[in-house]
Amino acid sequence: MIDKVVPTLADAVASVGDGASVMVSGFGDSGLPFELLHALAERRVRGLTVISNNAGTGTDGLAALLAAGCVRKVICTYPKSSGSNVFTGLYRAGRIELELVPQGTLVERMRAAGAGLGPFFTPTGYGTPVAQGKEQRIHNGRGYVLEEPLGADFALVKAWQADRWGNLSYRLAGRNFGPVMCMAARHAIVQVDDVVPLGALPPTAIDTPGIFVKTVARKDSRRASH
Amino acid sequence: MPAIEKLSRDRLAQIVAADIAPGSYVNVGLGLPTRVAEYLDPAREIVLHSENGILGLRGLAPGETGDIDLINASKQPVQLIVGSAICDQATSFAMMRGGHLDATILGAFQVSCQGDIANWSTGEPDAVPGIGGAMDLVAGARRVIVVMEHVTRDGRPRLLESCTFPLTGKGVVDTVYTDAAVIDVDRDRGFVVRALVEGVGREQLQDITGAPLSWADEIACLRR
Repeated sequence: MIDKVVPTLADAVASVGDGASVMVSGFGDSGLPFELLHALAERRVRGLTVISNNAGTGTDGLAALLAAGCVRKVICTYPKSSGSNVFTGLYRAGRIELELVPQGTLVERMRAAGAGLGPFFTPTGYGTPVAQGKEQRIHNGRGYVLEEPLGADFALVKAWQADRWGNLSYRLAGRNFGPVMCMAARHAIVQVDDVVPLGALPPTAIDTPGIFVKTVARKDSRRASH
Repeated sequence: MPAIEKLSRDRLAQIVAADIAPGSYVNVGLGLPTRVAEYLDPAREIVLHSENGILGLRGLAPGETGDIDLINASKQPVQLIVGSAICDQATSFAMMRGGHLDATILGAFQVSCQGDIANWSTGEPDAVPGIGGAMDLVAGARRVIVVMEHVTRDGRPRLLESCTFPLTGKGVVDTVYTDAAVIDVDRDRGFVVRALVEGVGREQLQDITGAPLSWADEIACLRR
């Protein structure tokens, strides 16, 4: 019997070790797996590379993981936001490495990794600082930059509903990076509001098929319910 | 030299909004472009795109409450319109890069007469940099429209022969709407003025612009 649902959030993140690369879903707070991030921060792992759209605001979520000293490097598109003080402090103190990637390039690099593609040419960033040191080519009169696929050891993802096979549906625009990160990471860990019976999700309403998902935990499962 | 009387930010936003064709799919950036969205007439069915995967959104009406899973690129709460669609991030950026958006409206620090745009970094060493979706938008949208003030706060030109700040895109800008003029960027002629704010003279505009201006056959007059 396939059952990807684990009792607690702590169980869900138990295999994330020091030095792992971890994708984190979300656009700002929308689709951000707060509860998984808090469970990971409590484990006090060290030297993570976090790949996400932003770099956290306030003191919860990504900011909590950063403040706990777990993160060595952030790969993101837009780390500055109102309230992104934790990241800004670490960055100015030289205690965190930053790699900036245009957002569409970031998501397409993940998609390429998940879809088994090699490097690809994109027009995004041609003639700008992000193209420096990369192969560039003119094709049909237009400039392109060669970008590498980007996979990761883990993805922490927020979805809305899952069944025990790991089929997922998301809520509204909280979907954002979830589907592509589940594809791109070797081990996708998903927190959900609800675990529903197998067969309850209509096949056409499944945004991420369970083949891309390894672990599921309910977001309110800080302690085992039994 | 007498000071130029420029357009208010609201009037500028209104002028840009009136130039967007009905039925267009448009992405609007932060700041002044967000104000453009406020002047779009819903009856013209201009569909707004937000990079986090929403096609068809609007600002909250007074008294409406937000939802963490419905926000725009500035992370402000928004609402869906009737007919809206939600997609994942890869599909959202395929809309941009793949040339499916009719236009993108962005702010900028600088624009050059070759159509280069700089809008993500002023190169200050202590500042935290951020790119977001801007490089994808200017690379892929069918029309790249810049809305900005004609000069900096201390009076220096933003329209230049070449940008001094790090570029967002090279040779991508189609039209610049400023508080003094509307200027097309022509691959051969450079900046071509097609509209002037009433009371602004040609020499005055040239004086506050950092690159040579050409003039369209007919120059429209923009009332303040």
